[in-house]
Parts: sequence; C-alpha cells; structure tokens
Amino acid sequence: MIRQFAKSNFLTACLLAASFLFSFQALAGDLDLFRGYKGAISISGGTAHIPVMKEAAKRAMTANPDIQITIAGGGTGVGIKQVGEKMVQIGNAGRKPTEAEIKQHGLVLFQWAIDGVGVVVHPQNQVQALTFSQLQDIYAGKTVNWKELGGVDRAINLYTRDQASGTREVFAGKALNKGAVSPRANVVVSNGAMKTAVANDPYGIGYVSVGHIDSSVAPVALDGVKPTEDNVRAGKYKVARGLYSLTAGEPRGLVKAFLDYLFSPSGQQIVIDKGFIPVR
Amino acid sequence: MSIFSRIVERLFSLAAAGSALLTIAVFLLLLYLALPLFEQGGFWALIRSPWDPGAGLYGIYPMLIGSLSIAFLALLIGFPLSLGGAFFITCFAPLFLRRHLLNLVRLLTGVPTVVYSFAALFLLVPFLREHLTGGSGLNILGAALMLAVLIAPTMIIFFVDALRRVPSGYLQAVTALGGSPGQGLVYIALPLAWPGILNGLLLGLGRAMGDTMISLMIAGNAVALPGSMMDSARTLTAHIALVIAADVSSLEFQSIFACGILLYLFTALLVLMVRLLGKFPKRSPG
Repeated sequence: MIRQFAKSNFLTACLLAASFLFSFQALAGDLDLFRGYKGAISISGGTAHIPVMKEAAKRAMTANPDIQITIAGGGTGVGIKQVGEKMVQIGNAGRKPTEAEIKQHGLVLFQWAIDGVGVVVHPQNQVQALTFSQLQDIYAGKTVNWKELGGVDRAINLYTRDQASGTREVFAGKALNKGAVSPRANVVVSNGAMKTAVANDPYGIGYVSVGHIDSSVAPVALDGVKPTEDNVRAGKYKVARGLYSLTAGEPRGLVKAFLDYLFSPSGQQIVIDKGFIPVR
Repeated sequence: MSIFSRIVERLFSLAAAGSALLTIAVFLLLLYLALPLFEQGGFWALIRSPWDPGAGLYGIYPMLIGSLSIAFLALLIGFPLSLGGAFFITCFAPLFLRRHLLNLVRLLTGVPTVVYSFAALFLLVPFLREHLTGGSGLNILGAALMLAVLIAPTMIIFFVDALRRVPSGYLQAVTALGGSPGQGLVYIALPLAWPGILNGLLLGLGRAMGDTMISLMIAGNAVALPGSMMDSARTLTAHIALVIAADVSSLEFQSIFACGILLYLFTALLVLMVRLLGKFPKRSPG
C-alpha cells in the first residue's frame, strides 16, 4: 500500500548529479556500483524493509539519474509471490522463505540485516513489562483487561497483522510459541500501520519491527528483556529474524548492483541508521 | 452518413461490446477459478462456516455478515441525511445557494476514500473509543458512519435529479391551493420521485458494499463474527485485500473467489433491481 514513485526533472537531476560528482566524488565510492547503468527496478514485499530500501533507492537515483527504483509494500507473502512470478525484480521477505517457496520459484536469498520483532504499547500505558506466558494469554484472548496486569481498568485492544506478514509469522512462532491469536484481534496491513494504530490507541497492544520503534510507542520488555537494537545484537532478545531480499535466479546488472550496494559499507550504514543490525 | 461518422459509430459500438464482454468474462473467470470449491460442494460450506486457518476452516460467514451489516447501517444513516440534503437543495435553500451546494456535492463524490479513512482514523476513531463504543474504536459503527459520508453525495445527486423531474406545474398547483412548499414536497414530489430515489438508494448500497479502503482502515478487520455494531469486523472486500498474498494453491486463497462471486452477485442483483424499477410505469398523482 505504501508506494513511492520517484520521478525527477531530468535537467535538475543532471545538474544535481554533476555537482555531486565534482564535490563528493571521494565519498561516493560505494555508489560507483551504479555507474553506467540505465533502467528501472521494482521492489515489493516486506514492510519492515521499506525505510532502508527508500534511503538506498534515493541515493542510487541521486547518484545516477538514469536509474528508477520503485518500492511497494504488501507484506512478505506479496514479495515472495511477486518476485516468483517475475512481477518485480526484488521481493522482500521478513522471514526466511520455506524450502518449498525457494524451490518453486528458484529464489536466491540475500540477508542484509537482522531485526527483532518487539511488542509495543501506548507510551502512557503503565504496563511495559510482560512475561511470555502473560503475552500468550493476552493474544489468546484469555487476559482481556489491563487491570489484571496492573494497568488501568480498560479492555485490552489487540492488534495483529494480515496473513502475508513475515513479522506476524516470526511473532507467532517465537513470541507466542505458535499459540493462538484471538479472532477478535484487529488486523492492520503494515509495520507502519501497526505503529500508527498503537500510537493512537492508549489501550492497544501490537508488535512491530524493532527498527520501526520510536518515541510514539513504548517497547514492552519480555521476561525482563527490552526489544532494543543492542539486545537483539547481543542475542538476548530472542524474537529476532533476518531481513531478506529475494531474486528469482541469480541477479544480474542493475539488480545485482543494488543488492551489492546494500552489502557495501554505506549500505550497511543505512541499515544501522534505520535501527536494524547490519550483517557485515 | 459520411464514412467518418460510420467509423465513429463502429468504434463506439465496439467499445460498448468490449466492456460488456469484459464484465461477463470476469464473472466466467471467477466461476472457473472457484470451480474446485463448487465441485467439492465446499462453496456453501464456505459461506456458512467461520474463518480459522489454524483449525482448517476457511469460511467467510463472518465477512459476509460484516459486509452486509456495515453496508446496511451506512445506508440507514446516509439515507435520511441525503434525503434531507436533496430537499434542502431543491426546495428550501436560498435560490443563489442551490447551484453552489449542488456543485459542492458533486465535488464531494470525487474525494478518494483513503482520504476519508485517514481523517476518520485520527478524528472519529478516538472519539468513538473514548465516548461511545469503548474498545479500540475500530468497529462497524465507525466504518458505517464514514461509508454514510461516502455514499451521501451520490445519493443526493440522484435524489435531486429525481425531485427536479417532478413537473413544476404540480407544485405550483399546491401553492395555489394554499399548501406550503413542505406539503408539496411530501405529498406530491416525493411520491412522484420515488422510483428515482429508490434508484439512488440501490446505487448507494452498491457503493457501500463494494468499498474496500474505509472498511479496511476503520472496521478493524477482526475475523470473529461480530455480535454488535461496537465490534471489530471484516468485510468481504477487506478480506480479499488481506488474503490475496496467501499461497495461490491454498484454500485461503480460494476463499477469495467465493468472496468475489458473492460481491459480484450482490452488485448484479442491485443493478437488475435498478433496471426493473426503470420499467415501472410512472404513477400519476391521485
């Protein structure tokens, strides 16, 4: 649903590129990967990936105005399906694709970051620490009022993600231990929408990619461990996963350049800047 | 007839035939894709059972109820509003205002639904949560209120059109007999304009049933069968949007076609009713 189309005035872009070439040539080393390429890449899938994808695409298109990169969301399921059916060149996945998916579409995996899935509540909520079994009871619909957990006397509003979400699969598998999610839970369609929903609902509880947690929502410690970048990196916070980009068959040309850029020092710096854990 | 106008005529009839064929082709495709469901007799089971993929249940009964309750509640809220609006524009508003009001209503029909949903998410939903319904504020009532706002302009335009077609001589006669404009409206204009009003009503219902964005963003999308209008619910359209990314060969994915067929049949039924209404002889004022 989140779609970013970048179209720039050709002349301005040329001037911009020229000025960049002359003044920042030394800094643009990793962007040399894009030199000489022309054409378009379309990317879709995982919504946790979007901040990093947007920044990398912006830099690539500034360095070389002949390149056009469009980024869409949809969720991991959409990413795997669309790249498999060659509707996009790169599909993003917030979980490791299954063996069947890899085999069926001939997918090649590129894991360029590690990410946690953190439970979040509204910043005004007093309940900011839970045990795993408390969390499982909340999501199963057995614990229905914040009062039972030492909070205000209001019903707990559950938020979960759609079927296509890789974040949901990781959360259900590692935080809920494959426990049930109440059918009364509200369903939202992206990490961004989840953050907005919980930030606007003082009695809500949801889960987002750790890279998406900011001051608008409060992270909830699980068994005493807060979902922070440091805890994910140290391996203390267990609800973690890799962020993958997938191609159907070995990538070539511009697509390969873009993936190489994600693994380059500047690409990995973007990963850090956006709150994820780099792999190199 | 010149060659040019003959070519134009041919082009237009081709375009008409093309769009008609497309509609039929979509239905045939839906039927074809849902064929496995029909063959196993699963179609009816799908319509009647709940959604619980964990237990192997892929029924769309909660979504059917969600769609119907949201659409009809929207119509219930939107109809009096629209009728009042149409009365005001045709009869009670100062003359210089009427044209501008109607233009404003026309403008409103073009507002993208995502804009309505976005505004509602930050204004209506917190209000419902704190003051009216409790819970998360994402529920049937909220979605129906926004859908009422969405379909009102369409209905107003149809209503105004129907009311204006009432011959002005009849209304003048009411005035001549000492009747008020309100009496003329209720006893003369409304009965005469009724087929047109029903037309607008059915189209409004169709639009409410077919909308995706508002229910997806405001209704909450819970898969449980809603028990009241304070409950979070999922519509057929939102269900399609949420499940479309599932594996193509899975039963989850096939349930989408059942949703599609239901929506198609519902819309077709509405259009058929509109057509039949058009055939009714105009009642003469008695």
